[in-house]
Amino acid sequence: MTATGTYSPRPGAAPLGRMIAAQAALETRMLLRNGEQLLLTVVIPTLLLVLFSSVDIVDTGEGRAVDFLAPGVLALAVMSTAFTGQAIATGFERRYGVLKRLAASPLPRWGLMTAKTLSVLVTEVLQIALLTAIALALGWSPRGNPLVVLLLLLLGTAAFSGLGLLMAGTLKAEATLAAANLVFLLLLVGGGVVVPLDKFPEAAQSVLGLLPISALSGGLRDVLQHGAGVPWGDLGILAAWAAAGLAAAGRFFRWE
Amino acid sequence: MQSKPAAPVVQVRALVKRYGPKTAVNGLDLVARAGITAVLGPNGAGKTTTVETCEGYRRPDAGTVRVLGLDPVREAAALRPRIGVMLQSGGVYSGARAEEMLRHVAKLHAHPLDVDALIERLGLGSCGRTSYRRLSGGQQQRLALAMAVVGRPELVFLDEPTAGLDPQARRATWDLVRDLREDGVSVILTTHHMDEAEQLADDVAIVDGGTVIAQGSPEQLCRGGAENTLRFSGRPGLDVASLLKALPSGSTAAETVPGSYRITGDVGPQLLATVTSWCAQHGVMPDRIAVERHTLEDVFLELTGKELRA
Repeated sequence: MTATGTYSPRPGAAPLGRMIAAQAALETRMLLRNGEQLLLTVVIPTLLLVLFSSVDIVDTGEGRAVDFLAPGVLALAVMSTAFTGQAIATGFERRYGVLKRLAASPLPRWGLMTAKTLSVLVTEVLQIALLTAIALALGWSPRGNPLVVLLLLLLGTAAFSGLGLLMAGTLKAEATLAAANLVFLLLLVGGGVVVPLDKFPEAAQSVLGLLPISALSGGLRDVLQHGAGVPWGDLGILAAWAAAGLAAAGRFFRWE
Repeated sequence: MQSKPAAPVVQVRALVKRYGPKTAVNGLDLVARAGITAVLGPNGAGKTTTVETCEGYRRPDAGTVRVLGLDPVREAAALRPRIGVMLQSGGVYSGARAEEMLRHVAKLHAHPLDVDALIERLGLGSCGRTSYRRLSGGQQQRLALAMAVVGRPELVFLDEPTAGLDPQARRATWDLVRDLREDGVSVILTTHHMDEAEQLADDVAIVDGGTVIAQGSPEQLCRGGAENTLRFSGRPGLDVASLLKALPSGSTAAETVPGSYRITGDVGPQLLATVTSWCAQHGVMPDRIAVERHTLEDVFLELTGKELRA
């Protein structure tokens, strides 16, 4: 005899594509609803771009300030979403059992990670659209090959995602919150975002130049400001960080 | 009622799970069949570890676990869509609204329940646009329950589903659990509330110190071992010796205070009929006749020598 009540079993997973799309949409909504996250991902990059372009605080070298700042702020936007925002959000999802509960759902773990990456990419598209519009309004004239810019942004996202997930999956949520904000601040200052690297002592420069944020901001600046071809050195640094970060996150990430 | 499938829904054999030097589960055997199975025991007895091993969260250190015939770790992908899980706490984005989260979990399944009806049923409609972290504990519990059933699973694991609920919300949860069984969904729930196990469960497994120390229906567990008591009032000075002769051997009968009588033994329908017919023969109207059955609480106390701490 088959029961036909309201709750009678009819199990089944939704199609994979639908699950991942739903998960990515939810993650993006959570991020856009979070005030502190918006401060990091939208308000701070926008303020830095507008403020430093219109007020001569930092010597940005030859040419207009906005041409120097826009690539740096785009790099900062990628870092704020892929690293800081993702680390903090994922850290608290782990702490509040969201990752645990979703692990019992039909959505496979790799599907969840894919959805997180999609959500990061959607957020970055919104950030870059906004920051590009503001920079253009401030007189920015970007140069170079858009495909190389895209490649830099994607590799930068991979590098920062690996590091963010590594932090979120190994530290306590509060520690991740503190550390991710601190790293954000340090890399903002020392990663060539608004302050040119050549303002630092030479010994420091060679170390700072190896940071993922320096590689991303430097690579973007080479292309967008100076119209360079393919910045292989910066792409190489980003690829190394991405490989190391993602491998370590895959190895050490704890779901509970 | 459903015809019961032959295969058990959960089969745990000699399960061992250690956390560092601490052994949480120590050679536990459990067979759960279709219907409602309560895993009852004090805090720290190994209930959650056992259930989380069935859900695929933990790898057994020894022993085997089969859920719907599947290995919860190696065959997780096949198992996950067929089970519903309610964690003891959490599981929801702190910024998500109740309805939003429930709709999301529904979207992960092929044939989910009607989300509006489920929200209505569990009284979550009033949560409106409130984010999860601002919901009351009871609302959070009901949302977690709704998330466990929305995918129309065959088997639902509920880890302390009524902890911290007020009596009304508790009853609403019990009603839903009973409806699930009625519609052919099997339920495994953990609890340290005796009355919850007695009220709901077809089968109760009492867990203590990481093993199952007794298993059976609430009736079987309450009957086994301990004696039950029947009390009635009548006119003082009845012939207790004559009454005792009518009762099965092993019973006792006494007038505790004038006009109050107490009978102990295997108190069942047969004994009750014997007492009332003896009263009828002797022209006695038994007033305030009452059967005091042993509760699971007594059973637990007897088996472990300790109170079930809440």
